[in-house]
Amino acid sequence: MHILVCGGTGCRASSSDAIVEKFKSELAANNLENDVQVIMTGCFGFCEKGPIVKVLPDNTFYTQVKPEDAAEIVKEHVIKGRKVNRLLYLDPAKKEHVSDSKHMGFYRKQIRIALRNCGFINPENIDEYIARDGYQAIGKVLTEFDPQQTIDIIKKSGLRGRGGGGFPTGLKWEIASKNKADQKYVVCNADEGDPGAFMDRSVLEGDPHSVLEAMSICGYCIGASKGLIYIRAEYPLAIKRLKVAIAQAREYGLLGNDIMGTGFSFDVELRYGAGAFVCGEETALIHSMEGLRGEPTNKPPFPAESGYMGKPTNVNNVETFANVCPIILKGADWYSSIGTEKSKGTKVFALAGKINNVGLIEVPMGITLREVIFEIGGGIKNGKKFKAVQTGGPSGGCLTEKHLDIPIDFDNLIAAGSMMGSGGMIVMDEDDCMVSVAKFYLDFTVEESCGKCAPCRIGNKRLYELLDKITKGEGTMDDLDRLRNLSKVIKDTALCGLGQTSPNPVLSTLDNFYDEYLAHVQDKKCPAGKCKALMKYVIDPEACVGCTACARNCPVNAISGERKKPHSINTAICIKCGACIEKCKFDAISIK
Amino acid sequence: MTKVKSLADLKKMKEELQAKIEVREKGEVSENLVQIKVAMATCGIAAGAKPIMEFLIDELDKRGINAVVTQTGCMGYCYAEPTIEVKLPGKDPVIFGYVDKKKADEIIEKYIKNGELVDGIIPTNYETIDNK
Ligand SMILES: Cc1cc2nc3c(=O)[nH]c(=O)nc-3n(C[C@H](O)[C@H](O)[C@H](O)COP(=O)(O)O)c2cc1C
Ligand code: SF4
Ligand code: SF4
Repeated sequence: MHILVCGGTGCRASSSDAIVEKFKSELAANNLENDVQVIMTGCFGFCEKGPIVKVLPDNTFYTQVKPEDAAEIVKEHVIKGRKVNRLLYLDPAKKEHVSDSKHMGFYRKQIRIALRNCGFINPENIDEYIARDGYQAIGKVLTEFDPQQTIDIIKKSGLRGRGGGGFPTGLKWEIASKNKADQKYVVCNADEGDPGAFMDRSVLEGDPHSVLEAMSICGYCIGASKGLIYIRAEYPLAIKRLKVAIAQAREYGLLGNDIMGTGFSFDVELRYGAGAFVCGEETALIHSMEGLRGEPTNKPPFPAESGYMGKPTNVNNVETFANVCPIILKGADWYSSIGTEKSKGTKVFALAGKINNVGLIEVPMGITLREVIFEIGGGIKNGKKFKAVQTGGPSGGCLTEKHLDIPIDFDNLIAAGSMMGSGGMIVMDEDDCMVSVAKFYLDFTVEESCGKCAPCRIGNKRLYELLDKITKGEGTMDDLDRLRNLSKVIKDTALCGLGQTSPNPVLSTLDNFYDEYLAHVQDKKCPAGKCKALMKYVIDPEACVGCTACARNCPVNAISGERKKPHSINTAICIKCGACIEKCKFDAISIK
Repeated sequence: MTKVKSLADLKKMKEELQAKIEVREKGEVSENLVQIKVAMATCGIAAGAKPIMEFLIDELDKRGINAVVTQTGCMGYCYAEPTIEVKLPGKDPVIFGYVDKKKADEIIEKYIKNGELVDGIIPTNYETIDNK
């Protein structure tokens, strides 16, 4: 028998060490220490109801366990085999106690479709992929359906592009299939430029064949025999695994001429990007592959009419492709049974920032941000308060407490002032300054703007300067208006998606955290204590004992005072390095 | 290597490969074949998964344990890398996080040799499409 105690940060903060000790001593008191093992585990992802204790082998799940409950669990459950009802999880919907973790709602919150093989198979061995139904989908399509029937399945499934735009995938394929040409291309967009995003990289590193197979299905549908994967050179492991996968698929005849004796031919090649964010935009991506400058051009013409080398080209994101084979094998109805009315299936998110369980998750559309952050993500680090979550990367916005319960899908996120984007999700806590967050993203866009059109090249730079001025405490009320107006102009006039969305972080923080902007502009204060220029280090004369430790460690000699008398900091000299705070043993120095 | 000449060919191949894996999973190939997967995506490797994989291969060999160690992609628990999944014959797989050499040694000595669980298990928190 095993007793597993959650040792995740959240539970640990609320006494899991004490619980382990208590269990050990109770077991010893009953001479059971050799029969029952007490183990500290990683986070169960249910911190809201922590501390969690799980008893194996019967999978009993106890929530909100206190150290003093250990005696009862040992006496009742371990010795007499009776579950302690009052500690079982109470299903909020049914008002019933649930003892088995498999039947608890939150355990079913993640469904892995795009990531179905990640972490299961060896990505460098095609046999393991085949053992898990690999290449069955292309086989089925080639032998049972014509291209239009296949397109209809994808259309019916409701799959929408995962690269950010959310365009219906089946429709995109249909358009490309209708355009006549001697050669067409299937392009996989593996540029993944959003800061903090690693969904596509993980799919390619963990399950490269799923993308190759889906690309060949797309090739069959639109009438293309050539596939190209545009991948950034900064992803050496993904590139290596793709190369291995392509070589193995060719060896088995699953890529190349006359696949499975059906007469259909398809092959895939890699194209490397240098890691410019704008090259993720499909027209820029195509130009970059053609050896031209990675700059967007106006649409129309869309790639489906005139793309790579002027031929009809279908561009899809890595994760979009990763969903295709399960749809073919399990059917459109199965797929569309998951998700919300207009957004079907699942979405992979890269959880990052001030969250306990940083990692890669795949959740059904329609799940709430609260479930993602507080249940799967295990809540905010160090017990701090949740402040905002950034979705959609540099094109997205910051959502707040009031958005936590809206179901996540393409349309709801846009309505809330953000967007799905490619799936980065950065969680912020009370210590994050939202003006600085906006400034961080603008810094990124200024850096990444290709410079082709003026609103983006010049406008974003001006936005950045305004934000910088505000974080330095030099902003005026007029600047806030200017931010808003300029943002709108850029959105309306920029050429490509980069410029059309780059002001979103500014607008959403202005909408949701206007107070914080006001504090910077009117009170010259940064409520989160992040903006250096607005910080003031002060010594509390009541608490200071005059030990001189701070004065001796200040690199610019800004601190003065007599031994055993309160010291003081000359704010005109102070460079806000924080050295004094670290040295003061009496907590006499604070940031105001 | 043979080419897959038709869908029937592929299906046959799948059955064979799957049977091979199932035999391994049920522990029928050898009574004590231990299977270990090391999460070797960029996140895992950055956290030191490679030396851990080598350590496991060497040590299991030295200690005379019949095991296969393979690499796999991201399991999703990036906060707890390196992560490994250990499957003892006839048992459900168990995932361990924050595996350094000391932990790996403990896993071999306690869990693999004696079936005793050790601290640091990560509970699985998702469903796959197989059981849908
Ligand atoms: C500035 C910018 C960057 C983009 N970066 C990416 C990217 O990294 N990966 C991606 O798949 N799509 C990216 N897109 C979206 C692509 O233009 C395109 O819509 C997408 O690849 C289409 O695939 P989907 O329909 O499967 O989503 C970006 C768009 C813009 C405007
Ligand atoms: S909006 Fe920005 S990135 Fe897009 S074309 Fe204009 S300058 Fe280039
Ligand atoms: S280190 Fe603290 S107690 Fe000592 S002089 Fe400086 S402020 Fe006063």
